[in-house]
Amino acid sequence: MAGDHIIDLRHVSKRFGDKAVLEDINLYIRKGEFVTLLGPSGCGKTTTLRLIAGFLAPEEGEILLDGKDISGIPPHKRPFNTVFQRYALFPHLDVYDNIAFGLKLQKVPTDEIDRRVRKVLKMVSMTDYEERDVDSLSGGQQQRVAIARALVNQPRILLLDEPLAALDLKMRKDMQIELKEMHRELGITFIYVTHDQEEALTLSDTIVVMDEGKIQQIGTPTDIYNEPVNSFVADFIGESNILNATMIRDRRVAFIGHEFDCVDEGFGENNPVDVVVRPEDIYFTRDEARAQFRATVRSCVFKGVHYEMYVDTDTGFELMIQNYDAYPVGSEVLLYIDPDDIQVMRKERTCNTFEGEMVDETHVKLLGGSFECLPQPGLTAGDAVTVQVDFDKVDLLDHQEEGVLAGEVHFLLYKGDHYHLTILTEDGDHIWVDTDDIWDKGDLVGVDIAPADLKICKRNEA
Amino acid sequence: MKRSHWSIPYAVFLGIFVVLPLLLILLYALQDGQGHFTLQNITRFFSDADALGTFAVSLEIAIENTLLCILLGYPAAWILANRELNRSAVTIVLFILPMWINALMRTLATAELFNIFGIPLGKGTLLFGMVYDYLPFMIYPIYNVLVKMDKSYPEAAQDLGATPWKVFWKVTVPLSLPGVSSGVLMVFMPTVSTFAISEFLTNNKIKLFGTIIQENINASMWNYGAALALFMLIIIGISTLFTRDGKEAEGALI
Repeated sequence: MAGDHIIDLRHVSKRFGDKAVLEDINLYIRKGEFVTLLGPSGCGKTTTLRLIAGFLAPEEGEILLDGKDISGIPPHKRPFNTVFQRYALFPHLDVYDNIAFGLKLQKVPTDEIDRRVRKVLKMVSMTDYEERDVDSLSGGQQQRVAIARALVNQPRILLLDEPLAALDLKMRKDMQIELKEMHRELGITFIYVTHDQEEALTLSDTIVVMDEGKIQQIGTPTDIYNEPVNSFVADFIGESNILNATMIRDRRVAFIGHEFDCVDEGFGENNPVDVVVRPEDIYFTRDEARAQFRATVRSCVFKGVHYEMYVDTDTGFELMIQNYDAYPVGSEVLLYIDPDDIQVMRKERTCNTFEGEMVDETHVKLLGGSFECLPQPGLTAGDAVTVQVDFDKVDLLDHQEEGVLAGEVHFLLYKGDHYHLTILTEDGDHIWVDTDDIWDKGDLVGVDIAPADLKICKRNEA
Repeated sequence: MKRSHWSIPYAVFLGIFVVLPLLLILLYALQDGQGHFTLQNITRFFSDADALGTFAVSLEIAIENTLLCILLGYPAAWILANRELNRSAVTIVLFILPMWINALMRTLATAELFNIFGIPLGKGTLLFGMVYDYLPFMIYPIYNVLVKMDKSYPEAAQDLGATPWKVFWKVTVPLSLPGVSSGVLMVFMPTVSTFAISEFLTNNKIKLFGTIIQENINASMWNYGAALALFMLIIIGISTLFTRDGKEAEGALI
């Protein structure tokens, strides 16, 4: 173990009732680092922070501070302080007493309390607010007091739980700069939780992208942006074109019906992969020789710094492009992509694979529902089977009760010419679906699969 | 019809059943038996050692009852509001349940219990009866405030280094004071004026202020009775000023 780690999470898991909120989290944080836990709501980022703060205890795994397990140490004995999402300033105390709360508990002499409170108030630009009632402060001012109240105790680590979420955009930007400045001045470790990818990119030394209770990727902001490891990260951080592709051989990849040079190796030959191309990395050209494909501009919107255009390629895919110059709607353009700007990612799966059980010769039970299948000679009721279903063979129905299974659209990804959906069933299983229809996140759907599309084979009992 | 006209029935009701009786109390208190205006009833109270003594006893009993209700009610409310200690709503209903039964019947039943067990009636039994009757009115407002309290306050205190004991005294208690103050209001005021409980649970061995008013009015001494009632109203009015400091009590009342 490296000596500069301040916090180590090892194989940490946490469940609320039956629901696993964190699964086998492994993470280390260096001294003085600004680390951001980033992810959509429900991804487990706040739970991770609360585990470190000590408000929750992990079911499995251990949390180390300076290499020593702190599982048994209650929050009030941990040398960390938290800035809470809704500030949690004590309404019965004024600004001064709120900030002095921790120091008074430690029985710090009065004159030192006075000195430290004034110093920290100066740091957050709230001098002369000592006597104010916290309820009379604006959101931004309460935020500053909350930060001051945490920092005055000189914690080894400052934990921040979406501290800027309640502020308006302009103030959020100002506070981001101030937080970054404070981090630089104080030199202590900051652990920051947010769902705002821009905030994470602006503030962090290291970003931990989380989803569904798992760490998806850990890296510097530039790593995460330029080299996302999977389509979730690519989609969550910044704008992107995420496309199905085939790795022809090392440094050569095919997508949107064309072949491109790239810089990635080690994905095998003729293997299905995902690629991500950032909208600012697709270039216009007038040089026929340089162009790799043609497209027609379908829409063009001015976004302040750049124009955002959607184009239809000659092979029928839709791409998003950002450029400083506008191209008129309907015009035909020539486009190319630099090999450096194509990020190839391993596909997590190429079809749905479920474990099931035969009910009778023409019915198979999987994901808690009974599906009709083609007659399966050689299989009898009760046989354990593995069932494979292609993404585009799952039918989604408007009404939950029409399907064999009921589910909800959990995550969706546009892949240039179709949508790739993650359906969460009522039992908490995932089904991945390719569809041309437009669904929204949170839509309730029925799931059905045609008998001929269930590929069933007997599972070998290990 | 204007919307404000809808309030007319209520205004008439309030006029007849609240404002008019209060004015009558004031009028009777300032008159003698023949209808002449006089301050005699008021001065008589201050020279009536019996009435003054009863008044002092009433206040004492009311304060003792209120303190006992806080002492018993606060921990009960805290336990009820704590999700880890109390996971079911049924226990809360069990505490509130006695409120559904007429107080007089409960008092009679309590008196009968003392009788069966041969416990002599006196101040102890009186306080027991009062606490039994008024405890739910203390528990409920405190419970209400505690249950609605943002969990992040105690967490923030813990985070700043407070032990569970300190969290309780420095954050939970101060933030639940609005609930305590409405509880005090709901317990103290009725106990000052009660008379049935003392009648049944002490056989009138201990007289409360309400008893004296009742006796005077029963003996057709309407004017002196009204003066005593007026005096009691003023005391209750003053006690609301002490407990209700501005916005703090908001939301704490049922």
